[in-house]
Amino acid sequence: MIPQLLDGTLVLVVVALAWRALNDRDLFRGVIEFIALGLLLAMAWLRLRAPDLALAEAAVGSGLTGALILSALVRMRRREQAAAGQPAGVATGPWAKDRAKNFSRVLLGALSVAMLGTLAWAALSLPAKARGLTAEALARLPDSGVTNPVTAVLLNFRAYDTLLEIGVLLLAIVGVWALRRGEWPAADLRERPLLLSLLRWVLPLLAVGAGYLLWIGASAPGGAFQGGALLAGALVLALLSGLGRRLLRRGRLVRTGLTIGVLVFGVAGAVALGWTGGLLQYPTGQAGAWILVIEAAALVSIGLTLGLLYLGGRPGEK
Amino acid sequence: MPDADPRLYLLAGLALFAIGFYSLVVQTHLLRRIMALNVMGSGVFLAFLALALKAAAPMPDPVPHAMVLTGIVVAVCATGLALALADRVQALEANEETPAPEEPPSAETGSEPEDAG
Repeated sequence: MIPQLLDGTLVLVVVALAWRALNDRDLFRGVIEFIALGLLLAMAWLRLRAPDLALAEAAVGSGLTGALILSALVRMRRREQAAAGQPAGVATGPWAKDRAKNFSRVLLGALSVAMLGTLAWAALSLPAKARGLTAEALARLPDSGVTNPVTAVLLNFRAYDTLLEIGVLLLAIVGVWALRRGEWPAADLRERPLLLSLLRWVLPLLAVGAGYLLWIGASAPGGAFQGGALLAGALVLALLSGLGRRLLRRGRLVRTGLTIGVLVFGVAGAVALGWTGGLLQYPTGQAGAWILVIEAAALVSIGLTLGLLYLGGRPGEK
Repeated sequence: MPDADPRLYLLAGLALFAIGFYSLVVQTHLLRRIMALNVMGSGVFLAFLALALKAAAPMPDPVPHAMVLTGIVVAVCATGLALALADRVQALEANEETPAPEEPPSAETGSEPEDAG
């Protein structure tokens, strides 16, 4: 009884919060509700027996996305105020309330409900039990070099997906850098000795935590993505406090870090192609070591990419 | 704790998708639209994972789990890129729409309506 109650409440709150987050009159409150939605989704992943995803969602899905949107909101509001000379949020409401537009909203609402109904009907008429690929994945798990099935799928069975995904990360950061110059949110640390001494402890701990997640990912929930998310969080903290400035001045190091994931992954794929005849088909018995090397490079790239997204543009002095 | 009923979460995922779709079209503020796209994505993830739970013989199907994991990270990156684009759109619109005789929009924020480099 209790689990059903928990599931029911969780699902209701998630759906209600999603509605509020997107339709709240106050955009700022909407963003906060959006962040809360991410945290609740992390709980939903746990209930769906996906702890790997709960880790990633809590760190990236809600944390980093929320931080990105919040800082973008501040930036855009500042410009709105400057441009219009009036309080922000005027253009943030839904369509203006004249009749024709209200009619379109009703029509669109009906359309959305109809779509939901159709999808729900399709989804509920699926068989209650599915076979899935669990059996196949578990059968080849001993050959994969790791014992966590999700890591095995990510970095062995479907490694090319992950290779392309790391490429997507690189493309995204290149796009952001091309569009804008980043802004420095830095606090002055000389005024905040407490923050500085706290960060001196927290940042290395986060880095060690990322390494731990990477290592443990071979056999338990964790891996390059979760570790990278943690590293990104550390980087955002470093950027916020101004400690990251010194790192970013070393442009070549940063660019190497951003690309090393794709490079190592790609080279490993090519070497494996020459060695075993299959792209990313690791030599028998060595898969574990290959995965660890690839994941370590991917961790650096993922952490740097996600963390630097927070700058909202390319680093560089103004 | 016994497993959750996949159907419940499946329906919730579809509901998120529909809510996101509706808001994506109705809302005009770019930030809300970006959030709406994110909610639609979360709905897809939720539905996908609920389907993975149906194959919970010894454990849920790991293949959707791996896909959703990459999906979450790609969604964040796409959001970062979308936010940079939205910012650019806003900067260009501010320059176009308000020639603002007494207040040139470029001067006072210090947040650049952008260099050409």
